[in-house]
Amino acid sequence: MIANLFFYLFATSTVLSSVLTITSRNPVHAVLWLIFPFFNSAGLYMLLGAEFLSMVLVIVYVGAVAVLFLFVIMMIKIDDNHKNIMLRHVPSAIFATGLLLANLAIAIYVSINSVTVISRSDFATPKVNEITNAHALGQILYTDFALQFQIAGLVLFIAMIGSIVLTHRHRPGVKKQDISNQLKRDMQDSMEIVDVKLKEGVDGIHY
Amino acid sequence: MEFIINQPITILHYVAVSSLIFVTGVCGLFLNRKNIIVILMSIELMLLAVNINLVSFSAYLQDLTGQVFSMFNLTVAAAEAAIGLAILMIYYRNRSTIEVTDVSEMRG
Repeated sequence: MIANLFFYLFATSTVLSSVLTITSRNPVHAVLWLIFPFFNSAGLYMLLGAEFLSMVLVIVYVGAVAVLFLFVIMMIKIDDNHKNIMLRHVPSAIFATGLLLANLAIAIYVSINSVTVISRSDFATPKVNEITNAHALGQILYTDFALQFQIAGLVLFIAMIGSIVLTHRHRPGVKKQDISNQLKRDMQDSMEIVDVKLKEGVDGIHY
Repeated sequence: MEFIINQPITILHYVAVSSLIFVTGVCGLFLNRKNIIVILMSIELMLLAVNINLVSFSAYLQDLTGQVFSMFNLTVAAAEAAIGLAILMIYYRNRSTIEVTDVSEMRG
């Protein structure tokens, strides 16, 4: 009973705040509205019994992705002089989303009556009072899905390298330590032994 | 009201919520021709809808595979956000604008 009430609370606030995310003019407000559906979907996961994923959702999306969006928005100057360019696309947006929504509704409606789902349950969810959700997920993630887990790590690694390579830039005026340049220096091209004659000085030395 | 609350929550409710969020994300893609950041946010919303779908079916079928797949989905979403925002940063550095209508160098 109270769980039903919480479902409706989380569901309505998720949908409403995602609508507010895409309609708000200011991107900072959009990010702040984006945090809200993440929290509410974490609540929905909790109702579904996926406690570990619910916490991971909060940590990854709210703690990392939303903060990354905020950082990028604050680094970029966004001009607000094209405020009504959105209105031009409202009819096409309504048409396309209405079409998609009708598609999904028909698919769901048809599948209620005609599709029978057979649970194979190779990785059946254990009873709640036996082991916790995180324990159960770990038991299959590190054994049956070990290869996929490694590939997911590789995806994150490549994303890290890619974003560093993309955003790193070499500015010419800045003096920084260049280790390979330092190691390439040897005695031949960095010093010269000159036999200085008396009362003549040294010519032709380029510093 | 009493009738709605007393009904048991089925898989159908969760699927309806996730499809509404997905459609909202698609609508955001169409609506926001202004800057790319909001488009990336719409993509995040669509990924969130897919995740809700996976987790609800995982709970419905009593099968943990959906939750594992949702975790991989989360990984890919984080990587996508990082790469997308990095591309956005270098685009802004070169052109000093992020308007979608100005992105026409490849005549796409």
